[in-house]
Amino acid sequence: MALNSYRTGPDEKGHFGQYGGRYVSETLMPLVLQVEQEFNEAMKDKSFLAELDELNRQYIGRPSPLYYAERLTEELGGAKIYFKREELNHTGAHKINHAIGQVLLAKRMGKTRVIAETGAGQHGVATATVAARFGLKCTVFMGAVDIERQKPNVFRMKLLGAEVKPVTSGSATLKDAMNDALRDWVTNVHDTFYIIGTVAGPHPYPMMVRDFQSVIGRETKEQMLAMEGRLPDSLVACLGGGSNALGLFHPFLDDADVAMYAVEAAGHGVETDKHAASIAGGSPGVLHGNRTYLLQTEDGQVEEAHSISAGLDYPGIGPEHVWLHETGRVHYVNATDKEAMDAFQLCCRTEGIIPALETAHGLAHIVRMAPDLPKDHISVLNLSGRGDKDIFTVAKELGEEI
Amino acid sequence: MSRLQSTFEALRADNRAAFVTFITAGDPDYATSLDVLKGLPGAGADIIELGMPFTDPSADGPAIDKAAQRAIAAGANMKKTLQMVTEFRKDNASTPIVLMGYFNPIFAYGLERFCSDAAAAGVDGLIIVDLPPEEDAELLEPANAAGIDVIRLATPTSDDVRLPVILNGASGFVYYVAVAGVTGGKSATADDIGAAVERIKRHTDLPVAVGFGIRTPEQAAEIAARADGAVVGSAIVSLIEEGVNAEEPRAQTVEKVLNFTQSLANGVRSGRN
Repeated sequence: MALNSYRTGPDEKGHFGQYGGRYVSETLMPLVLQVEQEFNEAMKDKSFLAELDELNRQYIGRPSPLYYAERLTEELGGAKIYFKREELNHTGAHKINHAIGQVLLAKRMGKTRVIAETGAGQHGVATATVAARFGLKCTVFMGAVDIERQKPNVFRMKLLGAEVKPVTSGSATLKDAMNDALRDWVTNVHDTFYIIGTVAGPHPYPMMVRDFQSVIGRETKEQMLAMEGRLPDSLVACLGGGSNALGLFHPFLDDADVAMYAVEAAGHGVETDKHAASIAGGSPGVLHGNRTYLLQTEDGQVEEAHSISAGLDYPGIGPEHVWLHETGRVHYVNATDKEAMDAFQLCCRTEGIIPALETAHGLAHIVRMAPDLPKDHISVLNLSGRGDKDIFTVAKELGEEI
Repeated sequence: MSRLQSTFEALRADNRAAFVTFITAGDPDYATSLDVLKGLPGAGADIIELGMPFTDPSADGPAIDKAAQRAIAAGANMKKTLQMVTEFRKDNASTPIVLMGYFNPIFAYGLERFCSDAAAAGVDGLIIVDLPPEEDAELLEPANAAGIDVIRLATPTSDDVRLPVILNGASGFVYYVAVAGVTGGKSATADDIGAAVERIKRHTDLPVAVGFGIRTPEQAAEIAARADGAVVGSAIVSLIEEGVNAEEPRAQTVEKVLNFTQSLANGVRSGRN
C-alpha cells in the first residue's frame, strides 16, 4: 500500500500499524487516557505553546546551531557533514526538549511530583532540572549498574534536588528502572506524573515525546534551507528508544529524497548475545506499555541488552520506529562498541567536540558512509549529547587512569 | 457450566466467599511448585491463580517479582506452566485454575495456540495485568472460543465511566485490585473495599473477588464478609522465599505453605459467621 504521508500516525488508540498501543495495568488506564486528553488540548492551547516556545529559547537555548563539520568532512573525504548541535542545549543533550514539554503538562494537570527512569542519566538530569525549575518533587529510577558507570550525572541529579533511587532488580539497567518507575507511578497515581525519556511507553507517550522532540527536525529544515538553499540528502542519528532520531527525522518523513539512517548499538556485534539492537536482533513483543520489537527469548522473556553506552542499553525500541522500519522509510543500521569508540575519538580530535557515547554510534555510521558519497551529498548528524559524562567509561576502555 | 461458575454457585449456596490463592508456576522449582499446587485444594483453596513467570513484572512488588525470577532461573517456561496444570487435573477435576501474568509470554507462544493448549490442560480463566480492555480483543476471541474466561480487573481508579468499559466482555469473575499500587504493598480498609465492591456490583452480576494487601487470616475474614472472594498471593509466595533463603528441605517449605494456606482458608470461612 502506498502511503500518502508517513506523518499521520498514530491512530486514535495509539497504534502505528500493529505497534504501539496502551499495555498498562488497569489502575493506570484512566490516568494514561487523561494524559492523552490533556496533551491534545495543550497542543491546541496558544498560551501553552507560547510558554513552551519561551522556555525553549530562554531556558534551553534553542534554536541549537546547525554546524558545518569542516575538518571531519575533509578527513572523511566525501559527503558534506553537518552537526545539529543538541549537545549545546541546557543540560547537554536533546532530552531536555521532551522533559520541558512534559513538565508543563504535569503542571497543567495539577501534579506535584514527577518521576523518571534513566540510563545514561541524561534524561534523569533533564527531568531533575525541569522539576527544580518548576518546584516539583522529583524521583529518578536508575539501574545500580548505570549509577556506577554514570557517577557525574548521579551527582548532578542530587544537586538539582532529585532523589535517585538505585534499581537492583533484573539486570539493574534501564529496562529495570522503567519497571520500578511504573511500580511507583501505579502507587502514586493521584499526585505523580511519569516523564518518560523516550518515544516508548503507553500511548500518548511515543507521540508526545516525538512531538516535543520534533523541534530538532523543524529547526534543521529551516537552517539547512537558509545555509544551503536545499534539504539535506541524508539524516543520521543514534537510536536506543529513539527519541533523538525521531525528533530529527519526523519533520522530514514526507520529503522522499531525504534518506534516513538510525544507528542501533551493536555492542560486541549483533551476531553475539551482547548487543542492544532491537531491530537487527529482536522480534515483536509487548513491554513497558507498548507493542514493539524486543530482545527476547523464544518463551517471551526479555533479555538483557548490552552497549558501552548506558543510554542505548535497552532491549526495546519506540513503536513508531518499528513501523518506519517495516514500511522501509527509515534505514536501521548499527555500530559496535569499538566503532563507536573510534568515532568518538575522531570527533574529539577533528572537531573539538566530545560527543556522548550514544551519539558516537551515529557518528560511526557517518564515518562508514561518508567516504563513498559524492562531495555534494549533504548529511546531517544529530549530535544528540555531549560526552563529559562518558569520560570515565572511555578512559577505562582506553586503559587510562584518571 | 464452567468450573468457575459452579464453584461460585456452590459457595453462594454455602453462604461463604471463595478463597483464592496465588502461586508462581515453577517457583522455586517445578517439582516443589507442583507439590504446592496439588496440595492447595486440600488446604482450603477454592480457586487457584497460577502465575506465569515473566522477567519484567512491572505491576508486582518484590515478593512476586522475585518468585518469577526464581522460577525462570530454575527453567520455568510456558510449556511447563501448562504441563503443571495438566498434572494437577489428573487428580482434581473441580478446582478452577486461572493463569495470571503478563501479555508478552502469551504473545510469544501464539495466542490461538496458547488458548487451545491452555484449555486442553484444564485452564479455566486468564488474568493478564498489562492487557486493558482497549487491547485485549485479539485474546478475548480465541480464549472465549476455547471456553476460557478472561477476567477483567477493576481498581480504585475505575470510576463509573470506566467500569462499564471494563465489564463489557468480562466473564468468570471481576478481580478488584483493592489498592492503587503493586502486589504485596499497602492494604485498604475493609470499609473502603466493601464500598467499592458494592459499587462494582451495581454494574455487574459477576462475582467480585478482592486482592492486593491481604496477608492475614483476620484480613481475609474481613474481606470474605464483604466480597465474593478474597485473594492472597504475596504472603504465600514469601514463605517460599523464606524457605529458599533458609535452605530448608523442600518438603518442609511445602508443608509451611499449605499450613499457612489452611489458616487463611479458616479465616475466609469464618468471615460471614
